[in-house]
Amino acid sequence: MSKRTVEVELSTTGLDAQGRPQRVPILTDDGGGGLALQAPPGIEPDLEGEHMLINIGPQHPATHGVLRLVLELDGETVVRCIPHIGYLHCGFEKIGEYRQYNQIICWTDREDYLNSIGNNVAFALGAERLFGIEVTERCKVLRVIACELSRIMSHLVWLGTFCIDIGAFTPFLWAFQRREEIYRLIEKWVGARLTTSATRVGGMAADIPSGWMDGLRQFIRTFPHTLDEIDRVLTRNAIWVGRTVGLGVMTPEEAINWGLSGPMLRASGVDYDVRKDFPYLDYETYDFEVPVGTNGDVYDRYLVRFEELRQSVRILQQAADRLPDGPVNIDDPRVILPPKSKATSEMESMIHHFKVVMEGPRPPIGESYVAVESPKGEKGYYMVSDGTSKPVRWRIRPPSFVNLAAIPKMVEGHLLSDVIAINASIDIVMGEIDR
Amino acid sequence: MSRFEIVRTGASATGAQPATQRNVKHRGAEANPSAKALQDNFSSGVKRVEVIWGETIVYVDPASAHDVIRWLHDDQSQRYDFLSDVTAVEYRDADVPIEVVWHLRSLPYRRFVRIKAQLPKGTLEIDSVWDIYKSADWLERECYDMFGIRFRGHPDLRRILMWESYKEGFPLRKDFPLRGRFSRSEQLRQALAQNPEARYSMEELTIADAFAELPQEMRERLSKGERTGE
Repeated sequence: MSKRTVEVELSTTGLDAQGRPQRVPILTDDGGGGLALQAPPGIEPDLEGEHMLINIGPQHPATHGVLRLVLELDGETVVRCIPHIGYLHCGFEKIGEYRQYNQIICWTDREDYLNSIGNNVAFALGAERLFGIEVTERCKVLRVIACELSRIMSHLVWLGTFCIDIGAFTPFLWAFQRREEIYRLIEKWVGARLTTSATRVGGMAADIPSGWMDGLRQFIRTFPHTLDEIDRVLTRNAIWVGRTVGLGVMTPEEAINWGLSGPMLRASGVDYDVRKDFPYLDYETYDFEVPVGTNGDVYDRYLVRFEELRQSVRILQQAADRLPDGPVNIDDPRVILPPKSKATSEMESMIHHFKVVMEGPRPPIGESYVAVESPKGEKGYYMVSDGTSKPVRWRIRPPSFVNLAAIPKMVEGHLLSDVIAINASIDIVMGEIDR
Repeated sequence: MSRFEIVRTGASATGAQPATQRNVKHRGAEANPSAKALQDNFSSGVKRVEVIWGETIVYVDPASAHDVIRWLHDDQSQRYDFLSDVTAVEYRDADVPIEVVWHLRSLPYRRFVRIKAQLPKGTLEIDSVWDIYKSADWLERECYDMFGIRFRGHPDLRRILMWESYKEGFPLRKDFPLRGRFSRSEQLRQALAQNPEARYSMEELTIADAFAELPQEMRERLSKGERTGE
């Protein structure tokens, strides 16, 4: 347990009978030579051994949602931390057992709502393995674009709110400005900003509109400037470094054992990225690097996520360059809706349309667990099918839930003000934790 | 390298670059080599091995599940050091037992295996793997909260997403109706009748003083002096 002490310059005249430094009032020069501040006579009362219980949240801006932390404090040092979650529990997994696969996609928007389009892709990948479907090349590249855009969006929200928590305001505005541009792109593509529901089993809800790639290229070209600006303001900033270095350290062994994933794990020096180790969507054919920290503290988590933003831009550039022509959806009338014009003019198409909507696509009996690298970590969807159009069990493996479970380990022994920085560095989304 | 820089790596240190799986067979794909090793080491503990969509599923005896996972974690040729998930599956057919599912990853060998133990309804109890993986803490609590499976040896097995005094049962069980077990008016009546202080955890009861409002089982645990903090 490491204790960080804050050294305050006090003018001490000596020690008292108990051996503690005796404090004297601070003198200010008001010209008259008198005392501007009057300190209480004598020394401070003995507070040793008294612990204080304080409650943060569930309604507190620094807890990033409805997290509640009960902290036992010794002075300003956290002795024990007890997290309470569940305030946002909606029972997504239960509802999923009563919905068809394409209907569940709408629920995946709402869990990790900063990464909704990435969740859509992850769920579709899981369902497609369950159905035994291979999507088209164009669809794969579009999904990579969707995943990386949502990673940038999620990291920008994390960056902005992290800055606010620590006390920097300007990078927050810069980050949210750029995030707005991505939201505009997403809105042009699927018609919604937050609740995208962009994928379908076997393809996408919509192909990109004409001229969309120009908007993406514009973003790819200009976004690194913003990153450079934020980098210049934060990375070597003395206050920033002072507030983040050496906090919430997890060693590589601890990080693996506590099940941390994503930037949290990589900041501890463990080189595990689902995109590299268990690739999906042909990620192995993209040229990108995985940032890995060395100290496992809050500052390294910042560095790792920051570098991931740059790497995402690289992936986006490659995806934009290679986007092939061709269909987005697979050619299988059992899972994909026919075009509207055909559904109203051809008998077979109308039957297919009716069956896909009313009965829903049916996977064979089986189960699948597909994990993707979400901005928060390893996000997995585990689905069990009994051959009907609704899953027997739909399970979300929430990365921020597992990451948050380590918060008592990370904050104990640190100061109360560091709890805010450590909590912000986990990058939690309560929608995903409580589901 | 300065403190302000970050290491960038292209690939993991061990092995060649893996590729996206293509054209995976529904059944009968090649099993993970760990499955064979498990069958050799635990003759009676491992019941059967299935491969579905390229994912290896090892069905184990509930009594030896902990030993199997311990061995997978410790053995140098396996090194399943990352516990992805602990969950359970209940099937729509009431006679089929509930399955506890562990998703394990070996980061050094890039392997993935699913361990399953079938628990007959009525004896929903199994050994916790918390002593092997700390990540099992909250995952097992959630599994208990949603399915009512008791994990023996878990240090703090209490509800996590639902509140401690929740009386309607275990939400993800198939006999639990989607709208909840109680009617809306009953839910409202109970919510209004609740002492809000009773939602504090046991440590906080020293200040909350709502001991009498807690569930019976929780009071028993508390009165035995059990510490349930993290």
